[in-house]
Amino acid sequence: MASESLLMSYGLVVGAILISLLNQLKMEREMFSSSLRATVQLIVMGFVLEVVLAIKEPLYLFLILLFMCAVAGIISGKRGKEIPHSYWIAFAGIFLGSVVTFGVLYAAGVIQPEAQYAIPLGGMIIGNSMKASSLSLNRLIGELGHQRARIETLLALGASSRQAALGAVRQAVGAAMIPTVDTMKTVGLVHFPGIMTGFIIAGGSPMTAVKFQLAIMYMVAGATGITCLTVTLLAYRQCFSRDLQLIEKFSPTH
Amino acid sequence: MFIGGCLKMLTVENISLVKEKHILKNVSFELARGEILVLLGPSGAGKTSLLRCLNRLDSLDSGNVFLDGTDTRALPVTELRRRIGLIFQAPALIPGTVKKNVCAGPRLAGRDISDEACRSLLSQVGLKSEYCGRNVEILSLGERQRVALAQVLANEPDILLLDEPTSALDPTATLVVEALIQSLHNKLNTAMVLVTHNLEQAKRFNAHTLVLADGEVLAEGNIRKLMESNTNPKLMQFFEGRMESNEPKGP
Repeated sequence: MASESLLMSYGLVVGAILISLLNQLKMEREMFSSSLRATVQLIVMGFVLEVVLAIKEPLYLFLILLFMCAVAGIISGKRGKEIPHSYWIAFAGIFLGSVVTFGVLYAAGVIQPEAQYAIPLGGMIIGNSMKASSLSLNRLIGELGHQRARIETLLALGASSRQAALGAVRQAVGAAMIPTVDTMKTVGLVHFPGIMTGFIIAGGSPMTAVKFQLAIMYMVAGATGITCLTVTLLAYRQCFSRDLQLIEKFSPTH
Repeated sequence: MFIGGCLKMLTVENISLVKEKHILKNVSFELARGEILVLLGPSGAGKTSLLRCLNRLDSLDSGNVFLDGTDTRALPVTELRRRIGLIFQAPALIPGTVKKNVCAGPRLAGRDISDEACRSLLSQVGLKSEYCGRNVEILSLGERQRVALAQVLANEPDILLLDEPTSALDPTATLVVEALIQSLHNKLNTAMVLVTHNLEQAKRFNAHTLVLADGEVLAEGNIRKLMESNTNPKLMQFFEGRMESNEPKGP
């Protein structure tokens, strides 16, 4: 693609800014700054990837992916600040989801331990796992507050923390899986995912693109599933005291 | 623990609970097998907190609770909660049928109860057997309260803690539930602690009564005798309806 073509495509953003200006929507500043930010981020990413993709040592690749998991754990852990050790829980879920998914894809021969696979796919896996972790934590906190009276009724009847929190855990896992499940339901009908689109634009055959896309979808589904289960199952335990009391932070107003 | 020659089922010794403020201050009392104890006091006196401490939904800051002479901290918490059943002021039933709710306690302990046992529990709380399959969402408040009672009874508790069981009911339903509690008590001989802020209700139960205010025991004894012989000005204030609620004020 020529640079002029790229510049012309930015004309669409300019058009949107003009529409906002004419209709006094006051979105111009945010649209301009976010488009500029995206441009700078992607250009920087291009330079970084040039360096990163040249890495041959698997240990360094692992350390980069570990760093990405740590950053994702910090971002996601913030969503569950009410839950003790939420950062570690988010990190553990994202790390486990990513490691298992990578392991299976590697064992199945879909990917090789090379930078050109590990970094972009790692980004996708970790990014999706982070979303699943954040949604799980967020929903779990909401459900524990919302269901507090019912949870305490079950505890008062002699339930364990697992039995008492089961309803909230189910809701949290279900909510965190919604984006993944809905994407799988509508793929090819409502939207053409990025990898498939890119593969076809680059001249690949549609069936090969479909195979890659399926592998990616299974990968994302596996990673998000493992992550939200790990995060939710680790997190709910932290919400009860040793005497099986739901900690006070979770009130219906949360 | 022998007090006056009779074995006390529940002994509460100087218990205190502190959150943002003192909720309970050195509360002590005893409950004998088959006895009804009425906990009477204005809103915010610490009555509900006291029940929660007995069921260990809240942990004590100091003091001891003995169940049949055993320190309750030495008992597994799930066992303690089955033995000291708590019925909440506003029952939060499990979505689904009445039967699902009545069977919940035993199922949590890994055992099932028969349809016959479920029907019998419902009959004990004055509900017909056809209620088994009804969804709890369509029940009235009084019926929900009865289902909550049957739910706790299914665990065969030694002691029943009833937190303002009639506070949301109209006067007629209140009298019906009071009669039900009395008849359950006569039939099962289960020890009960009944919380109320309603002096008239306490008088109707005419039982051993503990008057609580600001987390402290103001007086203890038969309610009618307390009303006749009282010299405590704070207690008189309460009896005359002049004691302010200690609940946080709204905006």
